[in-house]
Amino acid sequence: MAWFKRSKENIESETQRRELPDGQWRKCDQCGEIIHKTELGQHVYTCPKCGTHFRIGSKEYINCLLDEGSFKEQDSKMRSADPLKFTDTKKYRERIPEAIKKTGLYDALRWGTGKIEKKNVVVAVMDFSFVGGSMGSVVGEKISRAIDRAWKTKSPLIIVSSSGGARMMEGALSLMQMAKTSAKLARLAEARIPYISIMTDPTTGGVTASYAMLGDVNIAEPGALIGFAGPRVIKQTIGKDLPQGFQRAEFLLEHGFLDMVVHRKEMKATVSRILSHLS
Amino acid sequence: MAKTILDFEKPIITLEEKIEEMRRYSENPDIAQEIKKIEKRVNQLRQSIFADLTRWQRVQLARHPERPYTLDYINLMVTDFVEFHGDRAFRDDKAIIGGFGKLDSASVLLIGHQKGRDTKSNLHHNFGMPNPDGYRKALRLMKLAEKFNIPVVTLLDTPGAYPGLEAEERGQAEAIARNLLEMSRLRVPIVVVVIGEGASGGALGIGVGDRILMLENTWYSVISPESCSSILWRSWEYKEQAAEALQLTAPDLKKQGIIDDIVPEPPGGAHRNHEQMAKILKDVLLGELKDLAKIKPEKLLERRIEKFAKMGAWVG
Repeated sequence: MAWFKRSKENIESETQRRELPDGQWRKCDQCGEIIHKTELGQHVYTCPKCGTHFRIGSKEYINCLLDEGSFKEQDSKMRSADPLKFTDTKKYRERIPEAIKKTGLYDALRWGTGKIEKKNVVVAVMDFSFVGGSMGSVVGEKISRAIDRAWKTKSPLIIVSSSGGARMMEGALSLMQMAKTSAKLARLAEARIPYISIMTDPTTGGVTASYAMLGDVNIAEPGALIGFAGPRVIKQTIGKDLPQGFQRAEFLLEHGFLDMVVHRKEMKATVSRILSHLS
Repeated sequence: MAKTILDFEKPIITLEEKIEEMRRYSENPDIAQEIKKIEKRVNQLRQSIFADLTRWQRVQLARHPERPYTLDYINLMVTDFVEFHGDRAFRDDKAIIGGFGKLDSASVLLIGHQKGRDTKSNLHHNFGMPNPDGYRKALRLMKLAEKFNIPVVTLLDTPGAYPGLEAEERGQAEAIARNLLEMSRLRVPIVVVVIGEGASGGALGIGVGDRILMLENTWYSVISPESCSSILWRSWEYKEQAAEALQLTAPDLKKQGIIDDIVPEPPGGAHRNHEQMAKILKDVLLGELKDLAKIKPEKLLERRIEKFAKMGAWVG
């Protein structure tokens, strides 16, 4: 027999359980708002209630940045050569085809030419879904070719980053992609061709410490995590909790490393306005 | 400070100690004969051990606490050294040393990571882990060298850029990125030498140049074997395997087309003979700088950019 008897009604949860049929609905991880697929598209994959920017792929980003149908992709099938025959718990040679199958992409970056409000541009957009958006030889070479194209055609360059950093499985070659891309950007700068860097959630490690931070104009999406070391590593090093908002876009704006934080809805118009001054 | 002896060094050191002991009786011709025999054995043993070092053992040598550091090379290689301080923006970062000195008769700018030898000096130099201010000091000095047409030598030896809260606040990523870009277009010759640990962006932040060299027992990669183990194997226990997988030694990087040359170390490694190591490096640097001095700045920059543009391996 129970010692106590509940005198009132059972406690009921305020929120009702809502079933989410596959693919049609998406729940915001921040505020819990449930958003229909069509609405998600209208809001360029941000939460209409709290404004959280969801991670999107290069295809979606290109759609919201470029004039419709203007994008011409280059080197779409370039893939890693596994130069080190790298093996950890699994062979890198096996990881690559798995990632290709899972994402439908060949590596973590797509580049090509296109137009923003009728202006010719060269764009490169990263895909976080492909091995954490990590930069290996393919990302480095594609960025490098995008810069070469911008240089040759005197078109402004736009790079949209989202990356966990350099790709471990290509060792020092991945590290050297930082130098390679930055060296090419030096040449672009000498030719006085504008480069706009857009950082999305998350942009960390070797990508931040090379092309992402080297824009003539550095823009980030609201709330994006941007840094060199990951928050977990820093927390371990200093042995203290990190302050609220640390390494977020607004924090970087405050500390002088970004020109602006721009909502995805406003990104195209903002980039276009900047280019009207710089080119 | 207690002498550090790595496991695989033990058989060599034991024989060497035996020779030392025997030298005390070396007037005896029989013993002198015996010493010669053992010396020969030591040399053979050393050669066979060092020919078969695993990648992890190279990492251990690169971290040997008695290895020469940047300031040791400066003391042993150059004259009239003047150290310069500060980034003119926030503070002087002691994890990176920079200043001008004479290599034989010509001035060079020497920049390098600096580790400490004991707790006190390690705290002073932050274990050779720079903050953004260190990279900005390095860049300021490189611009100064460019202004007066003085070549640059950088010495890489860091366990990584410091992953601290203030480092992030002051833009660790931006500082490193800026150096990569500016070093790519610095109009004077740059020679880069990995003298110990070349850990990731923290090393590369002063590592763009016309010639990239590694001392024989050093490592250079995108991540340390320990961190790689913790991420990919989810345990700190696989550092030996991670070192193998990363292929981070000087011969590995030569094969990958990243470095130009390997600088030989004295028998048993750089820590066994600082003077000899510094002499070898000095001669190598003089040769490199002499060759680079013949190239016009425009050509030099073009070649520098192309050098890095070639790095990588892809299909399609």
